[in-house]
Amino acid sequence: MRIACPHCGDRDSQEFTYLGDATVRRPAADAPAEAMFEYVYLRDNPAGPHREYWRHSAGCHAWLVVTRDTRTHAISDVQPARPARKGAVA
Amino acid sequence: MRYSIFSLAAQALKGNRGWAPAWRDAAPKAEYDVVIVGGGGHGLATAHYLASRHGITNVAVVEKGYVGSGNVGRNTTIIRSNYLLPGNTPFYELSLKLWEGLEQDINFNAMVSQRGVLNLYHSDGQRDAYARRGNAMRLAGVDGELLDREQVRAMAPFLDFDNGRFPIQGGLLQRRGGTVRHDAVAWGYARAADQRGVDIIQNCEVTGITVQNGRVTGVDTTRGPIRAKKVALAAAGNSSRVAAMAGLRLPIESHVLQAFVSEGVKPLIDCVITFGVGHFYISQSDKGGLVFGGDIDMYNSYAQRGNLPTVEHVMEAGMAMWPGLGRLRTLRQWGGIMDMTMDGSPIIDHTPVQGLYLNCGWCYGGFKATPASGFCFAHLIARDEPHEVATLLRLDRFATGRLIDESGAGAQPNLH
Ligand SMILES: Cc1cc2nc3c(=O)[nH]c(=O)nc-3n(C[C@H](O)[C@H](O)[C@H](O)COP(=O)(O)OP(=O)(O)OC[C@H]3O[C@@H](n4cnc5c(N)ncnc54)[C@H](O)[C@@H]3O)c2cc1C
Ligand SMILES: [Zn+2]
Repeated sequence: MRIACPHCGDRDSQEFTYLGDATVRRPAADAPAEAMFEYVYLRDNPAGPHREYWRHSAGCHAWLVVTRDTRTHAISDVQPARPARKGAVA
Repeated sequence: MRYSIFSLAAQALKGNRGWAPAWRDAAPKAEYDVVIVGGGGHGLATAHYLASRHGITNVAVVEKGYVGSGNVGRNTTIIRSNYLLPGNTPFYELSLKLWEGLEQDINFNAMVSQRGVLNLYHSDGQRDAYARRGNAMRLAGVDGELLDREQVRAMAPFLDFDNGRFPIQGGLLQRRGGTVRHDAVAWGYARAADQRGVDIIQNCEVTGITVQNGRVTGVDTTRGPIRAKKVALAAAGNSSRVAAMAGLRLPIESHVLQAFVSEGVKPLIDCVITFGVGHFYISQSDKGGLVFGGDIDMYNSYAQRGNLPTVEHVMEAGMAMWPGLGRLRTLRQWGGIMDMTMDGSPIIDHTPVQGLYLNCGWCYGGFKATPASGFCFAHLIARDEPHEVATLLRLDRFATGRLIDESGAGAQPNLH
């Protein structure tokens, strides 16, 4: 598996560290405990396209949002995490 | 037919031409008291204990592939009960006790082999952690022995005791742990359940769960709808997908774990040994192949195959522990999809839907749990209350904060 880092180019996945689902959003500080529980613990865990965080830890250290099919590992999109988050619907 | 030395001898004299299939290939009926989704070890064990311990025999096990095609036929066959935390210890110890009587119970040779499980330690801190775990086990009535370096050397002289970075200082040994032939577990439970009237329906995928007024009424399948008073989910790596059919979101991610088998060699290692630095565990099958594995691939996956970086990582860990392994060739390698929970421990519980029961979150340690999982799940389904050793394996523990986190890794499933 190779990931096309927007800063460094096409790199082996071994250079990256995986964090997990990039669609969950930390709730506001005054949100009810239920919202925090959902954010920390519940996942859609799809069989198919999955938006997920990877960090280019042996490269530029950037956090990325990678869209990867969990059935085939085919990667359809890679974005720097910060703009990707701003643009995404919360 | 009851299997025995006499049936073996009689069949041998007849040229082994008289063996009947071990279970019927059933077609789905319109309705059952209980439909179990998933014909892996846990689903089949649940059916056996429902029928044999609770007299509930109007049961179907619905399996999308064939019996044994999931993790029950993909694991590295290790059984043990060397857990630390109160939620886990009594449950896994019940499982080990059930393994000890399993073959008589189901009249099937599952090759249960209590050859011992040895966890190596490589530092003072790790020794203290293992001493604590061993003490916790003994307090709970589980066997455990802390070995020093020379005792380990007597058991396994081939290990790299003087590795510059990871010298071996000793190990925690559970002699009652060991291995079990995994396919035989699936076949044996399938046959035992079938003999009591349970329908085992293969090549039948559950595609929907029907709920009316908050109560489950049945399932939709690729072979038509089936009505059911109770539906029990035991779909392992696909748990999130089947639970979503009833509108549930689980504290689970699916990840792939790989296993490896070497070419067959003469007897070399007579117990299970695990490395204390990297994640690596190894034993030898009765055919002679070394069976080993290590870490999961670390990212969400529904592909039943792994990637090369993890293969390399497992081989490196193996070589650091046992350099002689480098002389062997790897013959086969495969992957299975595991239901990794947010605290690394399983769930056996009711769901918010009436009549819908959940068995999942087995991570990469659910093979050893097979008998107790089936036993406790059957108890829950039959009596609508949890079995006493499974009371802490609750679905709501993530919301209430009563986690069972053996590794202390937090809500990061790929680190458990
Ligand atoms: C490589 C590897 C090594 C392992 N090593 C060990 C070990 O050494 N010791 C240990 O204790 N554990 C080990 N495990 C973990 C253990 O194998 C699993 O936790 C356990 O087998 C899961 O329970 P099961 O047997 O019921 O799962 P499975 O056999 O996977 O059963 C689930 C079944 O559900 C079916 N299913 C899914 N969706 C549907 C649907 N919609 N409709 C119908 N059927 C469906 C699947 O086809 C599957 O057959 C290992 C796992 C792997 C992959
Ligand atoms: Zn980069």
